[in-house]
Amino acid sequence: MIAASAPVQRLSNSKLLVVDVEGRITDRLRADLVELLLPGDLLIANDAATLPAALFGFHVRTQRPIEVRLAGRPCLHSDCIREFVAVVFGDGDYRTPTEHRPDPPRLRKGDILQLGPLRATVLELIDHPRLLLLCFEGTVHDIWEGLARHGRPIQYAHVPTPLAIWDTWTPIAGVPVAFEPPSASFILDWSTLQDFPRKGIQFATITLAAGISSTGEPDLDARFPLDEPYRISGATARRITEVQSQGGRVIAVGTSVVRALEHAANHDGIVNPGEGLARQKIGQNTNLLVVDAIVSGAHESGTSHFELLRAFVPDETLEKLSEQLELHHYRSHEFGDSVFIEKMTRLQWQVCKSEAAIEAG
Amino acid sequence: MKNIDSDRSNHRSWEGAKVFALTFPDLRVAVTGGTSGLGLALVHELLDCGAKVAFVARTREDVESVMRDRPAAHGIVGDVSLKEAIYPIAVQVGGALGALDVLINNASSLGPVPLALLADTECEDIELTLATNLLGPFRLTKALLGSLAASAREGRRPVVVNISSDAAINPYPRWGAYGASKAALHHMSRIWNEELSAMGIRVLSFDPGDMDTPLHLRAMPDSDRSTLKPPKVAAKELVAVLAQILSDVNPNAATPAEAIR
Repeated sequence: MIAASAPVQRLSNSKLLVVDVEGRITDRLRADLVELLLPGDLLIANDAATLPAALFGFHVRTQRPIEVRLAGRPCLHSDCIREFVAVVFGDGDYRTPTEHRPDPPRLRKGDILQLGPLRATVLELIDHPRLLLLCFEGTVHDIWEGLARHGRPIQYAHVPTPLAIWDTWTPIAGVPVAFEPPSASFILDWSTLQDFPRKGIQFATITLAAGISSTGEPDLDARFPLDEPYRISGATARRITEVQSQGGRVIAVGTSVVRALEHAANHDGIVNPGEGLARQKIGQNTNLLVVDAIVSGAHESGTSHFELLRAFVPDETLEKLSEQLELHHYRSHEFGDSVFIEKMTRLQWQVCKSEAAIEAG
Repeated sequence: MKNIDSDRSNHRSWEGAKVFALTFPDLRVAVTGGTSGLGLALVHELLDCGAKVAFVARTREDVESVMRDRPAAHGIVGDVSLKEAIYPIAVQVGGALGALDVLINNASSLGPVPLALLADTECEDIELTLATNLLGPFRLTKALLGSLAASAREGRRPVVVNISSDAAINPYPRWGAYGASKAALHHMSRIWNEELSAMGIRVLSFDPGDMDTPLHLRAMPDSDRSTLKPPKVAAKELVAVLAQILSDVNPNAATPAEAIR
């Protein structure tokens, strides 16, 4: 795949690779999404807006420059803004790949970080010299102001121009609690949403504080996704139950939605409203209880986003999917193209595996 | 500008609103231009009704002064006329309130002072007036639309109020920059409302009438202040209109932009 290098959320020629319930793969346009939806389907997106979560400043004890990327928080409450899990980087910014950046200063518990107007204390290191729990000083008011005015969107080297906050907010972005954009929702626009009722398609949202997905350091990236707090409204939970009872499909826009819904589900697939902390990793061995299909970015194998897709279709199908993404020059990362994957039934799953075995000889 | 009383006949919905108890527990409201005039009166009135309020204004000292007076209010320093200021404002509104039900775009610029004929108005002055009175409300509404739509999906009745003026309708000489910007805002409110009402979001253009505010004093330094409406009264009138919309059981019963004008 090619890395999408410009922060354009909805290119008119964006592509959509579709894997249907029998594992057949077709190359479509993103604009075709609505044609893949059926009357009675419920599309659910993550309406989190994105915090400007990269904070530049210095480590007070050594006076050395530091970049702090906020990566997770324990709850979604607006006053619960003091403690964050964060990843630290040394001098420089996103333009330099992590492996070429100087190491951050070696942090100790109790160290102070001055990040523009914000001042934070290192509460503890979390089994890794770059991963820490920090606590901001000051009032809730001052912390929100400091984040909003001093923070920069978290960014990676594949997008060369500096991102503005608005580049990272999806069209449906509401409360700023995500650390990276729930980028699958870039596929949505208001015109599409307005068309849904006429086509018998329902739309609902959850809010999940999507954490950072990559640092460029393999032993850190293996820990992702971190724990993520989420909230499911009573209205969304009711709609899911209705759709389930009427035989419609629940279609998740983005991996974060899958994580929240599956975490909040009982064994019978009933989704409970309220707040929760999603801690599970979804992968090959996950039995999805709620979600029937996913709209996602075109992710590369090895990422936690790609790992989650293994719950929808067997690896043999994902291999074909990756081949097709390459063949049709799909663009990866948050401003790239999309995939639409229907969950394969267990019976189909077996058929697919036997076919692969026969092909392998 | 014309007499306020003649405006009142158009406010056919507001009298009926008095029957509702004006308490808004759990209502999340953002007000721009919240440190003087109508905006400040709205901050007080909405807090008194039990709402959670965030307010925006340009001058830090003024924001801090209002916060000292009303510690429950969340003050945000920002200039809505600046593109770069909009998302930091939206982060703080959404962050601090945790959600949003009502956005009141009240911050306004008068344009050149003393008021000038259009022929004497500098292009830069009309650009600045449009940036505050038209682009600012457009940008902030767009940035906060996701929060307002989330409020609608949860069964609430989100409302955007754009503060208008009779200068939006009547061509008063020397009110060109202000009048043209408010006319555009008024029309934009009507289009927003048409486009968003199916999603449960109302957009209202509200003319508070001639008020005894710093803006009015700058426009007409010689006017008799005793003839002007206290902003507190206008704030109560707007809150009454909000109360009616928020308690309205049928979202298609009225088109608010039309009901007010």
